[in-house]
Amino acid sequence: MKYLTNVTTLKYSIDKCVGCGRCVEVCPRGVFAITDNIAAVTDKDSCLECGACARNCDYNALSVNAGVGCASAIINGMLTGGEPTCGCSETSGESGCC
Amino acid sequence: MTHAVFRKVSQLLDSFKGEEVNYDVNKSCGGDCIPWTSTLFFPSIKNRHYIGKRIIMVDRTKNEEESMQKIKLIIHLDSNDKVRGPVCSNNSKSFPMMEQKTCCSAEKKALPLWATGTIATPAGTVLKISSSWTRRDYLGMVKSRMSAFRMHYSIAAGLYAVGEPTMDSEIFVSANYKLSFDVLRRELKEMDAWILVLDTKGINVWCAAGKGTFGTDELIKRILEVNLGAMVSHRRIILPQLSAVGVRAGIVQKKTEFRVSFGPVRAQDIPAYVRAKCKKTPEMSTIRFSIFDRLILTPMEINPVMKKYPWFAATILLVFGIQPSGILFAQAWHNGLPFLFLGFVSIIAGALLTPVLLPFVPFRSFAIKGWIVGILTSLIATQIFNIIGKQNIILVIVTWLFFPAMSSYIALQFTGATTFTGISEVKKELKVSVPLYIGVACISTILMVLFKIKEWGLL
Repeated sequence: MKYLTNVTTLKYSIDKCVGCGRCVEVCPRGVFAITDNIAAVTDKDSCLECGACARNCDYNALSVNAGVGCASAIINGMLTGGEPTCGCSETSGESGCC
Repeated sequence: MTHAVFRKVSQLLDSFKGEEVNYDVNKSCGGDCIPWTSTLFFPSIKNRHYIGKRIIMVDRTKNEEESMQKIKLIIHLDSNDKVRGPVCSNNSKSFPMMEQKTCCSAEKKALPLWATGTIATPAGTVLKISSSWTRRDYLGMVKSRMSAFRMHYSIAAGLYAVGEPTMDSEIFVSANYKLSFDVLRRELKEMDAWILVLDTKGINVWCAAGKGTFGTDELIKRILEVNLGAMVSHRRIILPQLSAVGVRAGIVQKKTEFRVSFGPVRAQDIPAYVRAKCKKTPEMSTIRFSIFDRLILTPMEINPVMKKYPWFAATILLVFGIQPSGILFAQAWHNGLPFLFLGFVSIIAGALLTPVLLPFVPFRSFAIKGWIVGILTSLIATQIFNIIGKQNIILVIVTWLFFPAMSSYIALQFTGATTFTGISEVKKELKVSVPLYIGVACISTILMVLFKIKEWGLL
């Protein structure tokens, strides 16, 4: 299943990549592949902007505006003017989110 | 036994390399400390030969100086009389357990149902846990899938043992949401392993990682707190892959020496992953979102909306029932019932049918998917029950304007539960759909006012 195309904020700088393969290890959507000892973005539209790759790339070759892709979280963020957060924090009693 | 004593005995045993050491712990304890017929767990002993045996150390070293040093150690051991009371267990076979007959039922009672005993380790007492589920575990799963029960479904953070773990056993890291922990321990059947549970405030792995509670700092803190380095001889820990959102592996290794391996996404792949020497197949590292995965998420979509349903129902009945002369209940019921029914149908369409049929509904936008499913189910419902017959034209317009939009809005909420919707994508969709929803709500309200004005004969 895929969502919208050409929207993801994933950015990859190939010149910084050392081919360690962490991105392949952490990506839950199979966006990356290692070919010829270097990472390649093979399925960009599958990216769900979770941020796992950017967080674990020790060479800063990856960046993405990570966040929760959750409508109610974003609406919450709009209403309160804060960051989009799921309602499933320890203080709020209940929520359908995540 | 205290940590220090443990370490010293371990060191002692290591350094003698098979030679006998003349040291009877029982004697030096004056007979009333640990009964050494029981087995103790020394995770850092390289000489496995000693494990599970009565430890009598006979010092026959020729070198006097060295021997003195060892005697000193022993003396220190003697004076260190802070021997912790043996812990109880009914499982006499497992070596890390300290068997004790004079054991206490009070201690046993305090154990959670999913624990089978305790292990004495350098890091203190560790709960030994069962890898099978009891009826209560299943009940907990069902309840936490359906309601706010899950907000309080957590266990204590710390180290746990599955099977008969040794210093070579793998370490799996989990969240302290009981269901996350349950799913992990169930898959570790026939395995000897350690489980390190982080304090994620009772939230599952992925959400906690997104929030940062299943994060680098918490992991480092726990590794140091349970003294993981003393428990195992290797330096690798296995984390659920989805925790990579919160954990920076490089920093963990720098601070603790433990190399993080991000394991499979699903706990059920762990046995295969370990068999394959911690190598993942592409299937293991991608999130699936099967019809079953989606189905089990729907109760938590339906529940929150249904909580608001009484308000919706009250508003509808009031609107239809209110007359210049007061509220006519018969009329409220008669005219309002189709709307109440369609409201319910729209909730089912948006919160149950759209999620379950997700890949089969055309278009990628959740709003459009929800709208399509909404209008189809409303059509079917009105046809079957013949409810919107030759009614007022205004009501017909409101029906087809409002209810599909309601399904669409509810369906859009499911983006929070999916495994493939990114924040930029959802934001893009909201930018278009939210103004439309507001527009539909406004027009519907105006039309209803118009309907009432006509009904009351004011026009």
